[in-house]
Order: sequence, then structure tokens, then C-alpha cells
Amino acid sequence: MSATRARRPTEDAVWTRGLLLAVVLVFLLLVLVLPLATVFVEALRRGVEPALAAIGEPDAIAAIQLTLLTAAISVPFNAAFGVCAAWAIAKHEFPGKSALITLIDLPFSVSPVVAGLIYVLVFGAQGWFGPWLIEHDIRIIFAVPGIVLATVFVTFPFVARELIPLMQEQGVDEEEAAVSMGAGGLRTFWSVTAPNIRWGLLYGVLLCNARAMGEFGAVSVVSGHIRGLTNTMPLHVEILYNEYQFVGAFAVAALLCLLAILTLVLKTGLEIAQPADRRAGH
Amino acid sequence: MSLTADPALDPNAPQRPPAARRRLLRRRSAIPGFTLTLGLTLTILSLIVLIPLAAVALKGASQSPAEFIANAFSERALTAYRLSFGAALVAALINGVFGLPTAWAMVRYRFPGKGLVNALIDLPFALPTAVAGIALVALYSESGWVGALLAKVGVKAAYNPLGVIIALTFIGLPFVVRTLEPVIRDLSVDVEEAAASLGAGRIQTLARVVLPSLAPAWLTGFALAFARGVGEYGSVIFIAGNMPYRSEIAPLLIIIELEQYDYAGAAAIALVMLAVSFSMLLVINSIQAWARRLAA
Repeated sequence: MSATRARRPTEDAVWTRGLLLAVVLVFLLLVLVLPLATVFVEALRRGVEPALAAIGEPDAIAAIQLTLLTAAISVPFNAAFGVCAAWAIAKHEFPGKSALITLIDLPFSVSPVVAGLIYVLVFGAQGWFGPWLIEHDIRIIFAVPGIVLATVFVTFPFVARELIPLMQEQGVDEEEAAVSMGAGGLRTFWSVTAPNIRWGLLYGVLLCNARAMGEFGAVSVVSGHIRGLTNTMPLHVEILYNEYQFVGAFAVAALLCLLAILTLVLKTGLEIAQPADRRAGH
Repeated sequence: MSLTADPALDPNAPQRPPAARRRLLRRRSAIPGFTLTLGLTLTILSLIVLIPLAAVALKGASQSPAEFIANAFSERALTAYRLSFGAALVAALINGVFGLPTAWAMVRYRFPGKGLVNALIDLPFALPTAVAGIALVALYSESGWVGALLAKVGVKAAYNPLGVIIALTFIGLPFVVRTLEPVIRDLSVDVEEAAASLGAGRIQTLARVVLPSLAPAWLTGFALAFARGVGEYGSVIFIAGNMPYRSEIAPLLIIIELEQYDYAGAAAIALVMLAVSFSMLLVINSIQAWARRLAA
């Protein structure tokens, strides 16, 4: 029976499926799997010791610390902004709402290099506030504040665009009920809204964090590449690579790969925790 | 829920503070915090995004038209745009061609390791672009696994415009797949069954019934991948070779101008790129509006 079983009319023939799947897997192998594997192979080319030594070097440690610091500031900031924006947009009606959503999404369509440039034009030596900043001895460009600002810009929409559709879909009934029973705004948020959006919030924070720790173009423009001071992990990878210290570059890159893999694992876990249709959009 | 009756008119309703009652009476803003959250949203958006973006526009506009044209449309800049836009277009097409069967397989087929493949498709979103950049060079340069094979057939992949296309293909891969998947999932099998029962062959059904309904999502994914590719920097500069007039992308040119303290030149090129990004955003929004009309 099984050999002659008629195929359902909406199923592809076995050979079609096999061929199509083969094409897809070869494509993914060439574009995704092999590059990922290459990083680990290159990092361990001379064994584990040199790779670990490259990660334990003072400049590498400073880069790791700066990356963690940048993410620790920019991710909570954007998470708070995302919750705030989603509350205003999803729970209230006002004119110009879709324009506001488009503006919040704007940083996604700006080149990272342009994102860095705009802060140089505002805070750089020749920028709007340049002379004033120099007079008061405040450094933003080629210093940590510039790196944080550029990171905030490129990761700006992540949490907001995750929460806005989620909160719109959930409607306002539960919040209205809480308010009608006398709960204040904050109480309503913490006890009614927050439990409903926690998975979506975590999902947005996860993607935001991956981008914050990995941003290169925008940070490269404002960093000034001062070793041990304004070098993030991705910039450290670039410097080592350009100095032909390939094992070191790939060792730090491998660390970032592990972070990416961890992100993907957690993301898959969150997608299982959330309803399947919440995945759209990314 | 028994909230349909207006509690303000209910004599048995418990006493509550007058402020809460006032809020309830204005139906549209029953939920508090509107002024505060919208105010904060607009302030932060302006400070972080809008005002700094205006700085580029002003810097660009402060030049005379002749200066601006000389800066934004020099021979070198034109070559760079051609490469950035051309390579992004080709890469988006490659992702369009392979993204469709990938999304189809991810929704319709069952195969071992599917969960792993599903997680892997998002790798370009999670992997820092600089890491992708050096990984792609190591793989596609003449000493790399794939590059060595390509060199045997006379194809030089790295340090060439082809390298730019490879990097942008990596960066744009998830867009087409992830925009198509939910649409394929929502595709009603009934329509396919109807087409089949009316005598359409499988290929005819796919070409005449399935593909047209996927077109808006495919175009959206294509446009998103293209828009991302145009501005991409980190993954490209390692593999491109960065030869002026040959393999130099537009974002790199901005950095070069900045390193020479030519802020006006950098702003001019940035303005051209911003104009393209905003038009892409409009195009994507109208494709999505079109898709919603089709669905309705």
C-alpha cells in the first residue's frame, strides 16, 4: 500500500521535496554553516592555548569590559523606551500614530556608518556642540559616551517594535478593568500589563543585546580606536585582523560567535514559550 | 466582563477617588499615563534619532549646490554607489531565489534537524558583522575551503565586487525567509486542493495559485534585504578589498572622508544614502499596505 499510496494533491512529489531540500541545505551550508565553522577552525589553528591567551590579553579584556558596559547601559535604556513607547502607542488612540511608529523604526533603515556620522556632526570637534564641549573638557566622540550613544541609536527600535504589535493585539480590556477597580497607572502596568508582555519584552531585549554587543560600523566611526580605552570586542577583532594576528582575531571572534549561538538558543526557547505567530517581523 | 454598565451611574458602585472617576468618564483615555509616556517617547526619539539626523541634513544643506554635487556625485562616489546598490540588488535577488524554497521547506516539509536549521537562519541577525566579515574572507579567499575550489575554476571571490555580493547575501538571508514563512503558514490548503480538484497539476497550482499570493511578502523581504545591504559596512570591508573605483562601498567612502576631516563631503554622501533609505522605507510601507489590501 505504502509504495502506491496516492500523494495528497497539496503535497509536493518526493523527488521535488528531496531536490528542493538539497538546494536549500547546500545554500545554507555555503552562506551560514561554513563561515561559522571557519571562525572556530581559524581560532584553534595553533591549538587552544594561543586562542585563550589572545582572549586573556589586557587589551582584549578591556574590550570585553567596554562591550559589556555599553550593552549594560544601552539595552536597559532601549527596553525602558520600548515599554514607554508601546504603552503610549498600543493603549491609546491619537492622530499620527503610524507616522510615529515609522519614525521609531527609522534607525533600522539608516546605514550604521551614517548613524555614527550624525553624532560626530553633533558632538565632534567641528560639530554643533564641539566648541562648548572642548571648553568644558567633556569628551563624547572618541570616548565611551559616543560609543554608548551610537549603540543606543542602532538598537533603538528592537524592544519597541516587538512590544507595539503585541500590546495592540492584547487590547485594553484588562487595563481598563484594573483602572475601573481603582488601580493607578503604575499598579495597572505592573500587575496587569507586565505579565502579559514579559516574553515579548525578553525577546526584544535579547535581540537588542545581540546587536548592542556586536555593533561595528556605527561604533567604529565614533570610537577613535584607542586600545584599552575605546575598543569594543568587534573593533578589537578588526585591529587584530588588520595586524595579521589572525589567531587572536579569530579567538575573540569565536567568543562573539558563542554569544551569537547563545542568543539563538535563548531565542528559540522564547519562541517556544510564546505563541508561534509572535515570531513575525524579524 | 461586567464592565458594560457605566460604574459612574451605578448607585452600588464603591466609592473611588474623583480622579479615577474622571478618567473613566473620558472613554478614550481610560488608561492613565498617556501624556507622560507619549511625551517621553517623543522627547527621547527627538534627542536620539531626529535631531542628530537633522544635523546631517543641515550639514549637507549648508554647502552650495555646486559643492554638494561635487561632494556627493564625484566620480569616486558614483562608482561607490553603483557597487553598493548593485551588489545589494544582486544579493537581494540571490536571497529572493533561495529564500523562497527555504521558507517553503521550513513550513511545509518535515526533515531531521529542522529545529537547528530554523535557529541557524537567524544567525546573520545574531552574529556581529565584523565576525561575519573575517569569517567570509577566510572561507572565500584563495586559501579558504570554498575560495580554493572557486579559484580552480578561475573565479576570484574575495577582494573583488563578488566578495561584496557574498557578504551582502549573508547579511540579507533572514529577511526573505522570515517575511515569507508566516504567509506560507497562513496559506489556505483549501485553495490548493480546489485548484488540484479542478484538474490543475502541482506545478500549475504553485505557479497560478500559490506564488501570486506570496508576491507581496516576497517583495517586502526582497526590499528589506536590499535596504539592509545598501548601508552595510562591517561584513563587507574585510572581503571587499576596498580598491577605489573598483571595490569601495559608499559607507566606506563616508569613513574615508571623515578620516580626512572632510565633514561636508561625508555629510553629502550620507545625505544621498539617507534619501535612498527613506525611499526604500516608503516603498516597503506601500508594499505592505498593498499586501493588506490583497488580504482583505
